[in-house]
Amino acid sequence: MTATEAPAPEKKEQPAKESFATVFVQNLWSANTVVVTILSIVLAMVIGAVLIVISDSDVLKTFGYFTSRPSDAITGSWNVISSAYGNLFKGAILDPAAVSAWMHGTGTWQGAFYSISETLTYAAPLVFTGLSVAVAFRGGLFNIGGQGQATIGCITAAVAGFASGLPIVLNLIFALLAGLIGGAIWGFVPGILKARTGAHEVIITIMLNYTALLFLTWVIGVGGVHDPKRSDAISKAVPTSGQLPSFGGSLRVNLGIVLAVLVTAAVAWLLKSSAFGFELRAVGANPAASRTAGISVAKTYTLLMVVAGGLAGLGGAAQVLGTAYTLTPAVAGNIGFNGLLVALLGRNKAWGTLFAALLYGALQAGGNRMQSYAGISLELVGVLQALIVIFVAAPALVKTIFHLRAARAARLGASMAKGW
Amino acid sequence: MGRRPRRQEIPLRLELRGITKRFGDLVANDHIDITVEPGEVHALLGENGAGKSTLMNQLYGMLQPDEGEIVVDGVPRVFRSPRDAIAAGIGMVHQHFMLVPVFTVAENIALGAERTRGGPLGVLDRRRARQEVIDVSQRYGLPVDPDEKVENLPVGAQQRVEIVKALTRDVDLLILDEPTAVLTPQETDELLAVMRGLAETGKSIVFITHKLREVKAIADRITVIRRGQTVVTTSPDTGEDELAALMVGRQVSLDVEKGPADPGRTVLTISGLIVDDDRGIRAVDGVDLEVRAGEVLGVAGVQGNGQTELVEAVMGLRPVLGGTVTIDNENLVGMSTKHILRSAVGYIPEDRSLDGVIREFTVAENLVLDMYDREPYGNGFRLNPDAIGAGARERVEQFDIRTGSADALVGTLSGGNQQKVVVAREMSRPLRLFIAAQPTRGVDVGSIEFIHNRIVRERDNGTAVLVVSSELDEVVGLADRIAVMYRGRVLAVVSPDTPREQIGLLMAGVTDAVPGAVPGAGHGVTSEEGQA
Repeated sequence: MTATEAPAPEKKEQPAKESFATVFVQNLWSANTVVVTILSIVLAMVIGAVLIVISDSDVLKTFGYFTSRPSDAITGSWNVISSAYGNLFKGAILDPAAVSAWMHGTGTWQGAFYSISETLTYAAPLVFTGLSVAVAFRGGLFNIGGQGQATIGCITAAVAGFASGLPIVLNLIFALLAGLIGGAIWGFVPGILKARTGAHEVIITIMLNYTALLFLTWVIGVGGVHDPKRSDAISKAVPTSGQLPSFGGSLRVNLGIVLAVLVTAAVAWLLKSSAFGFELRAVGANPAASRTAGISVAKTYTLLMVVAGGLAGLGGAAQVLGTAYTLTPAVAGNIGFNGLLVALLGRNKAWGTLFAALLYGALQAGGNRMQSYAGISLELVGVLQALIVIFVAAPALVKTIFHLRAARAARLGASMAKGW
Repeated sequence: MGRRPRRQEIPLRLELRGITKRFGDLVANDHIDITVEPGEVHALLGENGAGKSTLMNQLYGMLQPDEGEIVVDGVPRVFRSPRDAIAAGIGMVHQHFMLVPVFTVAENIALGAERTRGGPLGVLDRRRARQEVIDVSQRYGLPVDPDEKVENLPVGAQQRVEIVKALTRDVDLLILDEPTAVLTPQETDELLAVMRGLAETGKSIVFITHKLREVKAIADRITVIRRGQTVVTTSPDTGEDELAALMVGRQVSLDVEKGPADPGRTVLTISGLIVDDDRGIRAVDGVDLEVRAGEVLGVAGVQGNGQTELVEAVMGLRPVLGGTVTIDNENLVGMSTKHILRSAVGYIPEDRSLDGVIREFTVAENLVLDMYDREPYGNGFRLNPDAIGAGARERVEQFDIRTGSADALVGTLSGGNQQKVVVAREMSRPLRLFIAAQPTRGVDVGSIEFIHNRIVRERDNGTAVLVVSSELDEVVGLADRIAVMYRGRVLAVVSPDTPREQIGLLMAGVTDAVPGAVPGAGHGVTSEEGQA
């Protein structure tokens, strides 16, 4: 009562003596989530630039005589930074050289679209695993198990893909469904344990991540799954009938990204307009009031984890049916764990998660080129990703650095911490 | 900001001159003048949202006034933070306690003013902190155990800890923000006695409240605030009706207006009900009750005598360990809460912010919290936002919910309006049984009147109504019959005309004075006995 009675002190208006321009900038600088996210990326790139310079021993040497000839150090730093970020951009979005080569007939159209194709390819599975985390979080659960659910999704999708013998289209649908169901089952376990016994979903899902990974390593060696023509740990390949169609050749981008957009739309609708979405948001915001209003919290938790698991499982399916085609111990990569960061970057909103996944995919694709063309190690891209997430997770820090006016962003920190 | 000289002998005199505070277009405080004399209990009376807390937050340094002066002992002061206010001799006990549950009383009191041995990085001087607590609690007659963990203390004792904490900071003016909102009648009486004692030692007290009875019992002077303006500063001789009218800005009736009940068939039958509380201790121990259509059965009792568990068990929110609960002879035991709500039962839970509303949801969403999957609001699969929006606007109108729009978050509404959201939700469908637990707790006078009238109207429509309240006035005003609960049992069912003292004695477990009361043992009496 009294808390609502007294508006918070930070709502205080700024003194009115500033000019129009400053007021405009202040409004632009008000700490809404979009501004904070963009500034986080900027900050991460600035720090990344410092790291690029420090890690280049030649440029570093020029700083030894900075006072006598500063131009060496400045141009050296500029060259290495612009080369790195230039290649990051070319690798992620568009390489002007390849485009002009295509225009002049000396290159192929595939070459021109290669970069964006790579970005979308990396992004597709992350959309699914990110949505998995985001949906669970909106319902008040911390799904750390995206990795395990995606891994199981890989297994069931791949096995269904090469074992079913169904014709084209049907085989793909069957394999995708298998991935969805596999992940859903892996999500159901922590869900039902949480609902029935109160077992904390974080612990259970972490443990199930290990279980899934070890199961994958084992199942690859099992007869019928293992590729008899190979001596290493690799499964049979999913035939074309079960693969997500792509342009072929160097363009790896496939139907997975289209599916990802459709699923994002479906999840956005689920959260906003469905009865189940209402239930899960209610339970996520206040389980006690939900229960009092007759919503079954246990049922919601269980179903929520099934949905989250299914989404992550689809992510695994998109990975194995889209690019990998075979099961290897590393088939799922880090898509589950990166899904956590994608959801965080996307503020647990459906469309936000899609954009965050695209950003992640772009960093991945651009990072590859940055490594081979500019000689910057791929680890630096990892550092960039981590820095972005750190700044997004600490909006107060970004606000302080840029002197943003306090706004809703400050509440994010609290809401993210609530899951624990 | 220099400290005031040692007080005790020099009591503090406070003047607020023309305090004005704006939030955007909203003028929360509009030239408020208040003088608090030394040793005075000064009540600040006003509805929720009138600007009382904003004013006190400025006095305590949490907000800075846009205009006006805070004058302490004739010297204008500027408080940039609570630290400044404390240094000037002003302390505050917040409505929501600022205590660390897992710390002991002494640790909580030392928190923020820790003393160490051996420099700033030295060892915490727990012994000294403990001694300080004992000294202060003895000096002012505020019994607290310095070694008990705060989480183990009842609410009333936690509040004493807050008061002791303020007093150890050597303050001479204590602001108490809605201190009785969370207290039982006994705890309230104890607190009023403590306030009186503090005033006698020369401390001034600013007592923020909207409960007229308490104001009249304790205040030396009363300042009424309405919509950010000082309406009047008056003496406690002013009548309750007059004070209420000053507060709300129109005549309000404090007594519930209702005609005689016309009880029909028995709707709710509870027999031999046994329920445990969260700790597994028997909370309801063989209760028999009946509620008929068209009557209000009030359950009176000091908080914590099983009323909460009784209601939760009926609503399917707590396992029933024995006995039966039926509505029109349909069994309710073992049914889901959703099933019970769908059996034409309406329910206002006692803890509004925890169980009643979802603060992060809009008014519209909260209004369909138990109806979102039914026509016209949805079909169990998808929601119908148009119907939800239209229904919400209609009920915002009908139930006089003061909100900017139906899409505003409920957390931004005042307590009274949040409660109206719950009332609107639960009363806008045909009901056989309506259960209201603490329906007006933390609700302002205007809303109380509204909610009471709604409950009476529901009764007159032929609904069986069960009202649980720890406010005896409320039970007596609303009920056609009163069941008094004590230690998990119904000691007696009496008429609301029974003298207050007798009901009070029953609430304390004394059965001698009341004919027909069943002393302690066995089952409670059946309703017929009490109705005579």
